[in-house]
Amino acid sequence: MPFTRHTGVAAPLVRPNIDTDTIIPSREMRTVSRSGLAVGLFAPWRYSDPDTRTENPHFVLNQSAFRQASILLAGANFGCGSSREHAVWALVESGFRVIIAPSFATIFRNNAQRNGLLTIELDGDDIDRLVQWVGDDPETCPLSVDLEACTVRHDPEQQVVEFSIEPVAREMLLGGLDEIGMTEQSRHHIDAFEAQDRVKRPWVYLGQA
Amino acid sequence: MTLSERQSLLYIDRIFLHERTGSVALNGLLERDRSVRRREHAFCTMDHIVDTRPGRGDETLMPSGRDFIVATRHAAHETGIQLFDIADADQGIVHVISPELGIALPGLTLVCPDSHTCTLGGLGALAWGVGSTEAEHALATSTLRATRPQTMRVTYTGELASGVTAKDLILFTIRELSAAGGAGYAIEFAGSAVESLSVEARLTLCNMTTELSAFTGLIAPDQKVLEYCMGRRYAPQDAVWEHASGYWQSLRSDEGANFDCEQLMDIDSLKPQLSWGTSPQHCIDWNGTIPQPADASDEDQATAWSRAQRYMEVRGGSRLADYPIDAAFIGSCTNSRLSDLRDAAAYLQRTGSRGATGVKAICVPGSGQVKRAAEAEGLHEVFLHAGFEWREPGCSMCFFAGGESLGEGVRVISTTNRNFEGRQGLRVKTHIASPLTTVASACAGYLTADTPL
Repeated sequence: MPFTRHTGVAAPLVRPNIDTDTIIPSREMRTVSRSGLAVGLFAPWRYSDPDTRTENPHFVLNQSAFRQASILLAGANFGCGSSREHAVWALVESGFRVIIAPSFATIFRNNAQRNGLLTIELDGDDIDRLVQWVGDDPETCPLSVDLEACTVRHDPEQQVVEFSIEPVAREMLLGGLDEIGMTEQSRHHIDAFEAQDRVKRPWVYLGQA
Repeated sequence: MTLSERQSLLYIDRIFLHERTGSVALNGLLERDRSVRRREHAFCTMDHIVDTRPGRGDETLMPSGRDFIVATRHAAHETGIQLFDIADADQGIVHVISPELGIALPGLTLVCPDSHTCTLGGLGALAWGVGSTEAEHALATSTLRATRPQTMRVTYTGELASGVTAKDLILFTIRELSAAGGAGYAIEFAGSAVESLSVEARLTLCNMTTELSAFTGLIAPDQKVLEYCMGRRYAPQDAVWEHASGYWQSLRSDEGANFDCEQLMDIDSLKPQLSWGTSPQHCIDWNGTIPQPADASDEDQATAWSRAQRYMEVRGGSRLADYPIDAAFIGSCTNSRLSDLRDAAAYLQRTGSRGATGVKAICVPGSGQVKRAAEAEGLHEVFLHAGFEWREPGCSMCFFAGGESLGEGVRVISTTNRNFEGRQGLRVKTHIASPLTTVASACAGYLTADTPL
């Protein structure tokens, strides 16, 4: 799914170290599949009773203004912990397209990029500003994210924050590219590497004389 | 092959999968009519979901757990990769069996859809955790597109005191650098204290590098590592061994090498570490005082501490020994190897103590090999005599998948790696520590590392 521009409701969840066990607990990963995960998103915080799915009214995504949120404003080290790609699948299935945080865990960021979920790093002050802009009326004050221009805009106030992103990640997201397909075009390079490497490091190549 | 200034296409020497996330990757390949490019370089085990109770089969207490097991077995057979299935003598936790079998070796690149893959840096392998989509890429192409991390060296000065372990060393490191302190870095651990560690202890040290949010951690391979690897099933032999071991000894940072970040830590007076909160960085000396939110360095930290203390039901200013425990868990890819079990069992034997009344105590060896070796030494009898359950190998209750748990809302001391909210079960309060501290607490009935020598 390519990403160019997106305008949507931004929800503030500005806590540091939001781990993937919280984004989707292991107990919510019930099928051998990449789907059916939205209901488990943030289950420990979203439900006061996860078994009956009784909602916790204090949790931001349960509040009417934020139910349609597609942009998440988060704290540092978002997505730390387990490598489970289910955390990204659950966010995407729930309608999120952009996560903005001061920093991300590496595996989470890699997983996000491969699923068309844009991760934007901004410092804490910028994020505080975005939270203020969105204010109490997020539905009429959406944020607009433009990956070509690398900006986050808040139209009612004519405010803009710029961000930077790794060029390769940007290209992959803009193109919605199939990485395996791209790499397979380098097949002859991989074959040639193996032929040379087998002489240098024969112990790597198992099951062959 | 260079893709851009910072990105390269890296050859991946070994891929290891497990039934929790590996099945999704294998199914992804099968659905797109792709195959495993080098199936002899891909391996799979059953560890995350498989039951650890004696007499186990495909059935697990986790709802739909059986589906993951059956799907993984099917996908492994369809793609022709080596599976260490439930009844296999070598089945076990992925990061315990891959060094044991010589699948991970110094200098190899190895990926697994599991964040604790960095464990294998203890052998000097370049190993890191990936998601299912990246695992699929590695299976299909034997390569990954990887961004070059920055480099950090953590050098410890001084030596570990008796009773202080590699687990305490890594918990202290996370406490000092923070849970995000390694973000973007590959970390080399160095110093004579690291050189003194056994290979198994080095695996423990590197295991929790992911809790620093680092790309991976590693230690330069030395003679101990060569001795460890020699004769393992997938390790080279004879002339190839000579060739390999010569190459492995060259895998060390140059004198005067420049790192993007250097950290020095004095560990001469390091004490056993225990966590009080909901992040591995929330650690203190076992006999220290839980910090007061009022003493936090900024408002964000104060809020995070208050939140963690509310969840953990501990008070700032109190001591960990004030809190009785309900359960003790020894196991996981961090601390389930033979040396860990020996440490814990030696304490039980030395003190003649047993698990305290009301404390549910469980020991889960990391692999079939560990279990058999421990039983050959009689360690299982020591644990059973002290009131511990003695289990079959697997990840077990390191995390709660909806099946077995230590009980809702209980307080647990655990040799695992994560004390996140709900990690070990609904409202479960997890304190992470070394095997020695865990067994001492199990016997005392409260959190302590008082381990008379």
